[in-house]
Amino acid sequence: MSYLEYQIKHVPVGFRKLLYVNWPVVFLVTAVSGFGFLMLYSVAGGSMDPWVNPQIQRFGLGVGVMLGMAMVPIWFWRNMAVVGYSLALALLVLVEFIGVERNGSQRWLDLGPMDLQPSELMKITLIMLLAAYYDWLPLNKVSKPQWIIVPLLFIAAPAYLVLGQPDLGTTILLVSGGGAIMFLAGVHWAYFATVIAGAVGLVTAVLQSRGTGWQMLKDYQYRRIDTFIDPTQDPLGAGYHITQAKIALGSGGWTGRGFMQGTQSRLNFLPEKHTDFIFTTLAEEFGFIGAFGLLILYTLIIIFCVQSAVTNKDRFASLVTMGVAVTFFLFFAVNMAMVMGLAPVVGVPLPLVSYGGSAMLVLMVAFGLVQSAHVHKPR
Amino acid sequence: MPLGIEYESAAPTMKRGPKETEDGARRLSRRALLLGTAQLGIIAALGARMASLQVDQADEFRMLAEENRINMGLIPPARGLIYDINGVVLADNAQHYTITMTREGAGDVDEILARLNRLVALDPERLEKAREELGARSPFVPVTVAERVSWQDVARVNVNAPALPGVVAELGRSRIYPQGLDMAHVVGYVGPVSDFDLSRIDDRDPLLQIPRFQIGKTMVENRLERDLRGSAGTKRVEVNAAGRVMRELDRVEGTPGADVQLTVDARLQNYIQARLSGESAAAIVIDVTNGDIKGIGSAPSFDPNVFVQGISVALWDELNERGVDASLHRRPLAAKTVQGTYPPGSTFKMVTALAALEDGAIGPDETVRCVGHLDVSDVRFHCWKRSGHGNMNLNESLKQSCDVYYYEVSQRVGIDKIAAMGRKLGLGERHDLPMSAIRTGIMPDKAWKREARGEDWRIGDTVNASIGQGYVLTSPLQLAVMTARIATGRAVKPRLVRSIDGVDEPSGAGESLGLNENNLRRVRGAMYDVSNHPRGTGYRTRIATEEFRIAGKTGTSQVRRITQAERDAGVTRNEDLPWNRRDHALFVAFAPADNPKYAIAVVVEHGGGGSTAAAPIARDVMLQALYEGTPPLSAYPSAARGQIADQQRRLNDLIRDIQPGRTTDEA
Repeated sequence: MSYLEYQIKHVPVGFRKLLYVNWPVVFLVTAVSGFGFLMLYSVAGGSMDPWVNPQIQRFGLGVGVMLGMAMVPIWFWRNMAVVGYSLALALLVLVEFIGVERNGSQRWLDLGPMDLQPSELMKITLIMLLAAYYDWLPLNKVSKPQWIIVPLLFIAAPAYLVLGQPDLGTTILLVSGGGAIMFLAGVHWAYFATVIAGAVGLVTAVLQSRGTGWQMLKDYQYRRIDTFIDPTQDPLGAGYHITQAKIALGSGGWTGRGFMQGTQSRLNFLPEKHTDFIFTTLAEEFGFIGAFGLLILYTLIIIFCVQSAVTNKDRFASLVTMGVAVTFFLFFAVNMAMVMGLAPVVGVPLPLVSYGGSAMLVLMVAFGLVQSAHVHKPR
Repeated sequence: MPLGIEYESAAPTMKRGPKETEDGARRLSRRALLLGTAQLGIIAALGARMASLQVDQADEFRMLAEENRINMGLIPPARGLIYDINGVVLADNAQHYTITMTREGAGDVDEILARLNRLVALDPERLEKAREELGARSPFVPVTVAERVSWQDVARVNVNAPALPGVVAELGRSRIYPQGLDMAHVVGYVGPVSDFDLSRIDDRDPLLQIPRFQIGKTMVENRLERDLRGSAGTKRVEVNAAGRVMRELDRVEGTPGADVQLTVDARLQNYIQARLSGESAAAIVIDVTNGDIKGIGSAPSFDPNVFVQGISVALWDELNERGVDASLHRRPLAAKTVQGTYPPGSTFKMVTALAALEDGAIGPDETVRCVGHLDVSDVRFHCWKRSGHGNMNLNESLKQSCDVYYYEVSQRVGIDKIAAMGRKLGLGERHDLPMSAIRTGIMPDKAWKREARGEDWRIGDTVNASIGQGYVLTSPLQLAVMTARIATGRAVKPRLVRSIDGVDEPSGAGESLGLNENNLRRVRGAMYDVSNHPRGTGYRTRIATEEFRIAGKTGTSQVRRITQAERDAGVTRNEDLPWNRRDHALFVAFAPADNPKYAIAVVVEHGGGGSTAAAPIARDVMLQALYEGTPPLSAYPSAARGQIADQQRRLNDLIRDIQPGRTTDEA
């Protein structure tokens, strides 16, 4: 689909573009964020400070960014892919040297008024680069080994840097998101089968390497794995979070204890209750109805994105939309699985709900791409 | 690659035919739907898990959360004990019962407190504090309502438990100091950790978050806090809806704090405090062979036990002498041995003498004529003996404490060499004992005055310093170290801690100071004559026992010059002055003179003459140390025996029978 074709095929121009924005996604994103504001208000003990106010400001800024990006033609973003990726990669390298360390991991760049987490930026730019790559690559070459190596390197470079920070959660998101785009682009089944077999082998190797000279993960990561397998073996330390999270969730019941009535979260049984573990507060206070409601909202966002992607004939737009959808899915699925005791505690926030500036803005930028793709869909 | 591709010129899809585009789009859609379906599958799994936790197992979890909430608590470790050199316990842990209460458990706080008050007599002040704390802290934090509760009261609370939700009687440990005021200035005391403590110390130990956790506030308790505290254990308990502990699930014991053994001898310390009682004074005994501090007393003292649970305002004011005229302050809270600094007076003369001898500025037999005063650049400096001493050599000048000899000699040596000798002997140095607020004192020289005062050194300053007046300030500890160093010729280093957790601390015997042994012998000989020659200033306070002869030096340091006006008004004697302006009395000594074992320094604030106020105390304490108990009367010169017998009888009431071992037991 060329630029000329876009013109021919009545791509909306000017303020008419607003009519073509994927409004259901905007409303869903707002609804989920609204859930987030409520929960942050609750965990702060019924106060707008310290979390709700900044979160609302960032959300407002995010909506502006999303709609602004929607107005820009999708081919512009395609041409920005390499620049964006290179910048994000450069920042990741920079973090290695001058990053700010917090809680034992070095992920942030100090930009004065706010901190930037380049790994968040990388989540988007990697999707953009891979989408642009497969848009450019002729279809008959997609499954050729030499054309497989290139995207693998695109994924491996940031994944390696982020893993070293160390940030296991983001690494998993990068690798899975990247893999999803390769899958969507039509890479042959056999490769994925091989990778999955290899991953199983690697996990075995990682577990076997424990305690030897070539131990592959940090001790705390091994402890998290142990805890995941058997949370009761360390009830005071690592397993404590999961046990308490499950108690919070379970005690919510059908309808929950009511807004601001959750005792588990209130009594500080839960750590990081405003970030990674915020879902437990929601589930405790709003019960199964609230938690399942949030899951439905997330699912609807995914469905609208997939719908937009499959009806879009522009390959880049389609791939980016799916890439964002998959990453977004991974975000909430990993977080929910984590707090419900189905996955190890890896430190992934609940998208749009957890407190955090970088994550919120990056998600809104991602949805900006989705919107741009939707608005400039060849019709 | 997309970089540099201009969409007008080389849109990538232009290379593809319509068929390929169609193919790609179809495959993408197929796989997108596939992936979407997989996602829906996972979402369904998440939803199922949610339903299982929140609907199926809801009752179970709600019970865990509510009826049987699991609480995690810290177990405070037993604080390390502090022993004296013979194993006498100086700081012990006593068990006692505490009644605590949580707001959450109680519900109606006032009603429950009223019920509790009917069962157990509660201290109204404490109760008010507890009520305040209950309002301020989180609802589940236990707040102490009553401390040191008797067993009967505990039983009464337990029997009435159903009527007292949220109220728990807990077994706790608390510090006690069996030696009372004897060790207040050495061991110090612990107290409940305060917000001020938390802001001041960089310590992330979770134990400090326990309300009213006891930490060392002063002296050894404070300085060796890390060793004494130990590390926390943890326990998991099930509590019911009322917050009552139902059962303990498991516990990980912490590590108890390390025991500390001091070099101090509790019995000697007891004698020192008894002997000093009534005075505002300090006395310190050092074992010259290894630097061990055998006794380090300061009077008046206080009972450290009153601080452990938090001191009352009235008592605090009393100890700080609020409402007492400032001129009469005796500072019971100050450890004068290390925190008080005094002009050393004539006890400094050994420093000037050694500096002059080492420098060769004067020979040992060279004489200086004392006519009762010496004029130095238009200022007349008086000797204490107005009529003059006549011709003085080194030995005579020390023995009779002639001032003019030192005025003269000091000008020949110069202040910098005197100061260097003083520092060599430990003056002006902050000896780092595990005690609080140790003072450095001042060993002045030219550079010091320029820096501290912004003025040039004047010759009169040297003359003043030569007899330990002027800018010179020393603590009793420094004077004792100085005496120990003169007695041994080695850089004796004071040591207060014998061992921590069974590991011995390094000895303080020290290396040789590199002084000429002949010069040292002459100074020691002169000190021997001070105490044993009939003309010596300390002759009346000699020791009669042949093998325990004492060698000392008296000192009387002016607090303030007597003005001409006062002199004209007839004030010439100390007794005529108000207490706070009388001279400080000092005495330093070592014994046995021929084979030194102990060095001692005594300072009696505003006590008058060193020979009359300080020397008798030093002699008595020294004998007590040498005999390891009450000395026989034969150790005293015959003239003094009657008076000493009276004194021993009087002090007997203050001396306690101290035996090694613990006085309290952990039940």
